[in-house]
Amino acid sequence: MRRRKIEEFIFKGLMIASTVVVGLSLFLIIGTVVVKGLPYLNWDMLTKTPDGGYYFGRSGGVLNAIIGSVYIAGGATVLGMIISLPVSIYLNIYLKKENRFARLAKLSFDVLFGIPSIVYGAFAFSLMVYLGVRASLLGGVIAVTLLVIPIMVRTLDEVIIQVPKELKEAVLSLGTTRWEMAKIYFRQIRAGLLTAVLLAFGRGVGDVAAVMFTAGFSDNIPTSLNEPAATLPLAIFFQLSSPIPEVQGRAYASALILSIFILIIVTLSTLLTNKRRKNS
Amino acid sequence: MTQTPHISVKDLNVQIGDNHLLKNININIPDKCITSIIGPSGCGKTTLLKSLNRLLDDIPDVQISGSVLVDGEDIYGPKTEVTHIRKKMGLLAQRPFPLPMSIYDNIAYGPRIHGIRGKTELNRLVEHYLKAVGLWEEVKHRLHGPASALSIGQQQRLCLARGLAVEPEIILGDESTSALDPISTKTIEDLLIKLKENYTIVLVTHILRQARRVSDYIIFVYMGQIIEFGPTEEVLLNPKEELTKDYVKGFIS
Repeated sequence: MRRRKIEEFIFKGLMIASTVVVGLSLFLIIGTVVVKGLPYLNWDMLTKTPDGGYYFGRSGGVLNAIIGSVYIAGGATVLGMIISLPVSIYLNIYLKKENRFARLAKLSFDVLFGIPSIVYGAFAFSLMVYLGVRASLLGGVIAVTLLVIPIMVRTLDEVIIQVPKELKEAVLSLGTTRWEMAKIYFRQIRAGLLTAVLLAFGRGVGDVAAVMFTAGFSDNIPTSLNEPAATLPLAIFFQLSSPIPEVQGRAYASALILSIFILIIVTLSTLLTNKRRKNS
Repeated sequence: MTQTPHISVKDLNVQIGDNHLLKNININIPDKCITSIIGPSGCGKTTLLKSLNRLLDDIPDVQISGSVLVDGEDIYGPKTEVTHIRKKMGLLAQRPFPLPMSIYDNIAYGPRIHGIRGKTELNRLVEHYLKAVGLWEEVKHRLHGPASALSIGQQQRLCLARGLAVEPEIILGDESTSALDPISTKTIEDLLIKLKENYTIVLVTHILRQARRVSDYIIFVYMGQIIEFGPTEEVLLNPKEELTKDYVKGFIS
């Protein structure tokens, strides 16, 4: 009896300790960013492009990077969805579960999901060299699209699996074709679709390795797909490597902006996921 | 059997993996009657029902041999269009699964995919089939509200109406009342009895009393084989086979 109580006590203690470690790390990270970044955060940071270059400039802002990030992540999310949605509909609705091709495809997406983003960057870069595209907004969008496709396919997989098989049978019994059924699925998973979009967007906004070679960097807001574009994570990286303390502080302010951005996206997707649970 | 058969099953064998679920099924299901499939859990009742509108197609490793003739047409024939077969049969599942759309669209969905577009015609069909299942008065003021807001019993009637709206000839019920309260169950049973004037109905049920209340014929299935088939009273009150006797008396469950 006593042994069981001790066991319970030890494991409960371990669980509490782990939770505290995770919570504390999060608190420290956010705390550091806020303490170091808040003094440098001002309206100019959000609304102006860098003045005197990102490396030495002490005034202006990171609007170029904010816009660049939104363009790249947004473009990649849209392109990624256009590709991922048909893929997951085909794999889950048209093909049977035990189909070899479907299994192989799903395994491949799992592998792709785990590949570090620098590999996507390198691959997209070599693709760009082959096609003669320079580091540009277009290149960044291509690299991040490759990066988010596995995320989207996997998220959509999860969502589609949750649709009860009886609904599938009920719909098929009305004499529908597979495509008509896919449309019903589409309605059923609307909320999940948004979750996939937000997840992919969040990942795209925050990733640095995929855009490092492919999007380049610029102090200006890109006006065409062929121009290089700055991104927030890269702006943080460059500012942080500057020897000037003010510029380093601006890096933390940029990090704060990025964190708030991600926080909003994560909160939104959590809210939507909860709403989906409630509805089903 | 003096009735003309509507569905003829000939030498049907269904295997999933190494599991021989249905063995040499031969049966003629009479037209415009309610036929109940009874038998213990896992005996193959639902498999038999689903083989009638090819819902087994999607199961991994399934092997089906033999034929199922509906109006003389083999539904497993190579040239048969599966959507055409399924349109002929409405399915009423264990639990209601309304489509993720409004009450109106749930009914209009079937007619729409089969080519009916006219608004007045759709309005007429929606009203007609909602009345046919006795749901019209309850929902006529909120036709465009979500179907998921209805009670379970109402949803099940909605699903029945949705199935009827594609104008099937056959209704398949897979323990269609097992999730419902007694009053909703009675409503569905009464509806089915009314509907058999125009439809051939096949039900799977594990409730003997229900089989007795609603059906004209009973098929007793055990371990993937049809043990006995005949008029309800005969099978339930005067079974010929020992196994049926045991089941009806409650020895096998």
